[in-house]
Amino acid sequence: MAKVQGKSGILQRMGPLVGLILIVIILTIFNSDFLTVGNIFNVFRQVSINALIAFGMTFVILTGGIDLSVGSIIALSSAFVAGMMAAGSGSMLAIGVGVLSGTLMGTINGVVIARGKVAPFIATLATMTIFRGLTLVYTEGKPITGFPDTFGQIGRGYLFDIPMPVIWMLVAFGVLYVILKFTSFGRHVFALGGNEEATRLSGVNTNRVKVLVYSISGLLASLSGIILTSRLNSAQPTAGTSYELDAIAAVVLGGTSLSGGKGWIAGTLVGAMIIGILDNGLNLLNVSSFYQQVVKGGVILLAVLLDRSKGKQ
Amino acid sequence: MTDLLTMKGINKSFSGVKVLEDVQFSLRQGEVHALMGENGAGKSTLMKILSGIYSKDAGSIQIHGKESVASSPKTAQALGVAIIHQELNMIPDLSIIENMFLGREFKWGRTGFVNWPRMRSEAKNYLQQLGMELNPDIRAGELSVGQQQMVEIAKALSMQAKILVLDEPTAALTKREIEKLFQLIANLKTQGVGMIYISHRMEEIFQISDRITVLRDGRYIGTRDTDVTTMDELVQMMVGREIKERFPKVEKEIGAECLRVEGLEQEGKLYDINLSVRAGEILGIAGLMGAGRSELAKALFGVGKYQGKIFVNGRAVSIKNPQEAIKAGLALITEDRKGEGLVSDLSVRENLALPNLRSLSRFGFISHRMEQKFVEDSIKKLNVKVHHPGQWVSSLSGGNQQKVVIGKWLATQPNVLILDEPTRGVDIGAKREIYDLMNQLVQKGVAIVMISSELPEVLGMSDRVLVMHEGRITGEFLRENATQETIMIAATGGKNHG
Ligand SMILES: Nc1ncnc2c1ncn2[C@@H]1O[C@H](COP(=O)(O)OP(=O)(O)OP(=O)(O)O)[C@@H](O)[C@H]1O
Ligand SMILES: [Mg+2]
Repeated sequence: MAKVQGKSGILQRMGPLVGLILIVIILTIFNSDFLTVGNIFNVFRQVSINALIAFGMTFVILTGGIDLSVGSIIALSSAFVAGMMAAGSGSMLAIGVGVLSGTLMGTINGVVIARGKVAPFIATLATMTIFRGLTLVYTEGKPITGFPDTFGQIGRGYLFDIPMPVIWMLVAFGVLYVILKFTSFGRHVFALGGNEEATRLSGVNTNRVKVLVYSISGLLASLSGIILTSRLNSAQPTAGTSYELDAIAAVVLGGTSLSGGKGWIAGTLVGAMIIGILDNGLNLLNVSSFYQQVVKGGVILLAVLLDRSKGKQ
Repeated sequence: MTDLLTMKGINKSFSGVKVLEDVQFSLRQGEVHALMGENGAGKSTLMKILSGIYSKDAGSIQIHGKESVASSPKTAQALGVAIIHQELNMIPDLSIIENMFLGREFKWGRTGFVNWPRMRSEAKNYLQQLGMELNPDIRAGELSVGQQQMVEIAKALSMQAKILVLDEPTAALTKREIEKLFQLIANLKTQGVGMIYISHRMEEIFQISDRITVLRDGRYIGTRDTDVTTMDELVQMMVGREIKERFPKVEKEIGAECLRVEGLEQEGKLYDINLSVRAGEILGIAGLMGAGRSELAKALFGVGKYQGKIFVNGRAVSIKNPQEAIKAGLALITEDRKGEGLVSDLSVRENLALPNLRSLSRFGFISHRMEQKFVEDSIKKLNVKVHHPGQWVSSLSGGNQQKVVIGKWLATQPNVLILDEPTRGVDIGAKREIYDLMNQLVQKGVAIVMISSELPEVLGMSDRVLVMHEGRITGEFLRENATQETIMIAATGGKNHG
C-alpha cells in the first residue's frame, strides 16, 4: 500500500532545502568568492547565533506559542556572565550562572504562560521589556569588558579549523533533533501544538511541557548570548535587540507552522542558513544594506507563499 | 422529468489509493435519498466532491441536467448545494450568528457594514425552526456538541439550498432534536428540496428516506426503494455478510465495586451525584442533551473542580487532573473526537501512542520497535481501516477515527472505562466489534460506564441504567426493568425508580 502521507510530506519538507541550494547557485554564479571554504565557514559562524536562538524558538512555535523575549534574555544573561568575570570569577562559573539565569528567565515565561494563562505573545512581550530594563539597570547602560583569555576561545576559537560557534551550533542541533524526534517529550510538544485539549485528556501534563519549552528557549538564548559576548569581547546592554525576528523568520522559513503542531528542527537550520547566506551574499555583491532588508523580507514572504500553495489538496 | 442531481462514473484517489471507483448517484426533487455503507466506504468523500471540497479525478456531475462542477464550497453554494459535515466546523470564539453567516454576512446595502439586526433575526428564526431557544450571541465554544450540530443544521438551512447533504446529522442529537429535524426534513421535501442523508442508524433511514444507495469499499453496490427493501438486505449489501444479534450477550461475573462516587457536585453543572460500578458491570447513563452526562464523565476524569468523594477499588482518591485519573485506573473516551479525542495534525501511529508513551519508552526515549508493534496490534485488534499507520488521522473516515480513539485508551489497561457516545458515527459492523470489545473487557473484570443517547444501545448493552436530568440522577433501573418509556420519563425530569 502507498504511504498516504509520506510522499507529499517529503516534498513539503524539501522545499526550504531546494530554496537554499538555489540561492547558493545564484550567488556562486554572480560572485566567485562566495563558494570558498573560508567564506562558507564565515557564513556558518554568522548563522550560528541566530540558529541557536531559532532552535529554541522552534520548540516554542511547535507548541503554538512564540517567544519575543529571547533578545533580552541574551542581553541580561550575557551581562551576568560578563559582570561576574569582570569581578574576577572564573569563566566556567560565570558561564554556568549565565546559562542558568537564561534558563530561569525562560522558565518564568513558561510559568506565566502555562499557570497564569497569559497569551504567549503578550507574556513574552512584557518580559522582553522587563529583561531589557533589568539589563540596563545591571550594566548601568554601559558595556562590560575585561574577560580572561580562555573565555575568548568560545566565540573566536577553532577546533580542527572549524570555528567554535559552528561546533556549538551543530552539537545543539544534534541534541535537540534527538529530543524532538525520539523522546516522549518531543512527541508531547507536537501533540500540544496540534490539539491542546486532546493532549491534556490523554494524560500529558501540558503545563509542564509549556514550561520546559520556554526554558529550552531561554537556555539556548543565553548560550548564544555567551558566544556573542565572547566574539565581541564585551557585553553590550543593547545586545540581541530584535534578534527574535530573525529567529522567528528562520523557523517559519524552515517550514514550521506558526499555529503549532507541524514542523521540524532541521528545517529551522536550513531557514537560518538561508537568512545568513542572504546577508553574506548580498554583502559580497555590494548590495546596500538598505536594499538587503528589502530582499530579505521579500524572500521570507515568497517562501511562506510557496508553502501555502503546496498545502492544498 | 430530469433528476435534480446525477453523478456518474465518479473516481477519486488520495496519493494513489483509490477510495471511489466508478460511483453513481442520483437525486430527485423533494426526495430523501439515503447513502449507506461501512466506515470508510467513501460516503463522505463522495459528498465532499459534490460540495467542492475535493475535486474528482473522473466522472460527471449534473445538476438539473447541466454539467456542474463545484470547484470550491463557495461555488457549490452558488449551485444550490449545502452540506452539513460529519465533523463539526464551528469556530469556538465566534458567536452563533457569526458562525452561521461566516463569509456571507448581510450588509447594509453596499456599504460593507454588517447588518447585525437582520442576521440576528434570521439566526433566531432558523434556530426556532429547529426548536432551539438559544441566544444567538453566545460563543459557539460554549455549546455542547449536540447544540453545535443543531447550529450547523440551521446554517445549512439558511443557505436555502436545492440540494442538502446531511452527513450523519443525528449522531450527536437526542430523540427530541431528531424528531424536530425530521419534521423539518418533511417540510423541506414539500418545498422540493432534494436531500442526501448519511447515517448508520437503520431505524432513521427507514423512517425518512425514499431510496437507499449502498457503497462498499468505494464501489457502488446498488439502489433500493425504501418500502421494498429490508434491513437484512441492506446489511448484506453493506458488509457482504449477515450480522446476527445487534447486541451480543456474554457470560460474565459481576465482582467487587470498582468505582464509587458520593455526593459529587460541580458548580452549576452537577448536583449530588451518587453512583457505583462493579467489576464486570456495564453501567449505562441515559439522558437528554445537556443533562450533564459528559460533564460527569469529565469531572471523574479530573477536568474542572469538584466537591464530593471518589473511590476506586475501595480506596478514596483525589483526581485533580487527567494524569491522576489515569493513574487511578480510569480511561475516558470523549464524545468530541475532533476537539478532545484526536490530534488531527498527527498520524494514526502518534495518536494511538499518545497516552501510552510512558510504557513505550525507555528513559524518555520512545522505542521505535515497541511503538511499531503496539500500533500494528491495535490496528489489527480494532480492525481500523488505514492505508498506513503514518497516515494523518484526519484522513481516516469518521468511524475509523473513533476506533483510533478507543484504541489509544484500551492499551492503558484501565480498571474503569468511561465511554461517552462510543458508537457515534460507527457503522453496523464496527458497532458490533465495539460491543464485542466491551464484552471482552467486562469479562476480564473491567467496569464500564457507558454514556449513550441511543436508547436501543443503552438497553441492549447495560446491566444497569442511570438516567440524568439537569445535572442530577433522576432514575436507576436494572436492565430487566428498563424500557424506552420509563427512561424517557426520568430523562425529562419525572422521578421514578425501577
Ligand atoms: N484527505 C484524505 N486523504 C487520504 N485518504 C482519505 C482522505 N479522506 C478520506 N480518505 C480515505 O477515503 C476512504 C473513504 O473515507 P470516507 O470519509 O469517505 O468514508 P465514509 O464512508 O464517510 O465513512 P464513515 O462512515 O466512517 O464516515 C477512507 O479509507 C479514508 O481513509
Ligand atoms: Mg463519513
